[in-house]
Amino acid sequence: MPVLECKGLTKRFGRTAALDEVSLTVEPGRIVGLLGPNGSGKTTLIKLANGLLTPDGGYIAVCGTAPGRESHSLVSYLPERTAIPTWMTARQLLDFYGDFYQDFRREAAEEMLDHLGIQPRQAVKQMSKGTREKVQLIMVMSRAAKLYLLDEPIGGVDPATRDYILSTIIGNYNPDAAVVISTHLIADVEKVLDEVIFISQGRVALQSTVDGIREEKGMSVDALFREVFKC
Amino acid sequence: MQWQFSNDAPIYTQLIQQVKVGIVTGAFPPGERLPSVRDMATEAGVNPNTMQRALAELERDGLVYSQRTAGRFVTEDNTMINTAKRSLAERHVKTFLEAMLRLGFRKDEIIDLISKEFGEEEADHASA
Repeated sequence: MPVLECKGLTKRFGRTAALDEVSLTVEPGRIVGLLGPNGSGKTTLIKLANGLLTPDGGYIAVCGTAPGRESHSLVSYLPERTAIPTWMTARQLLDFYGDFYQDFRREAAEEMLDHLGIQPRQAVKQMSKGTREKVQLIMVMSRAAKLYLLDEPIGGVDPATRDYILSTIIGNYNPDAAVVISTHLIADVEKVLDEVIFISQGRVALQSTVDGIREEKGMSVDALFREVFKC
Repeated sequence: MQWQFSNDAPIYTQLIQQVKVGIVTGAFPPGERLPSVRDMATEAGVNPNTMQRALAELERDGLVYSQRTAGRFVTEDNTMINTAKRSLAERHVKTFLEAMLRLGFRKDEIIDLISKEFGEEEADHASA
């Protein structure tokens, strides 16, 4: 069963269709890049997949069920903006995630925090922006979820932090789960991805494997993206 | 090991080449166990499925072999490793020659340039 499936999925905001008849499938064990220019509908799709928005038409399912209360236990979501409570300490954050999510792997999270040199007593508000992003990603990846939805996980962080985030995603790879990463920083993530989905003005422009594109076109996904979305 | 990728070829074929280089240069010594797919993927910064695909191909070629529970190992067959070394070298030579011919060099000029680079031209002058 696919981890994420959409058929004719449509979402309108007023008169504009943010997503227009989107059909796609994400299989378990895949790391998929959701790629598109600003305003193409990436975040809308991610929000529909975790039930923060409801569709105006078509079908969307996570592991066979419509997004909602049940699917929250299957989906681990990294929002575009850092959303961890800043007044908490690292330890309180671990307790918080442990209380909320049965699938939270506390030991894995502790090990990753320790690796970063973060003390349990350190407060989130004392951390730099980059460190907060790392901590939030650690929390999200420490859940044994079926679908990880990462909305712009590498936007606005320095290259070293970017590398750390990508290697954390690879290091937590689980063949039974899928990861969807939305970004426009393609060159940085392309090696980490199995597949890419190009979305343009709310429609799927292309779904292919990274090596399929490189083999057929003799160019990187980044180069193809620049060609397809040339301004 | 240093992992580097170009933009014009599939990632898995580049991984195959680089693991081969690792085996030939002894970064992955004969008979040694390879790190897990996940660890190798993390180190190279690539997708684990892509790394898996590359290793599976190397296994088909016989350069690495699996033991069901213990993991993947580098072959102990030195002939096979030498063949891989030779074919890597031939690829380099081919690429080099293509570039030189494109620049308009003839065979004797190319050989001359290489000899000079090796500092053999003094020996030539001495004997002349």
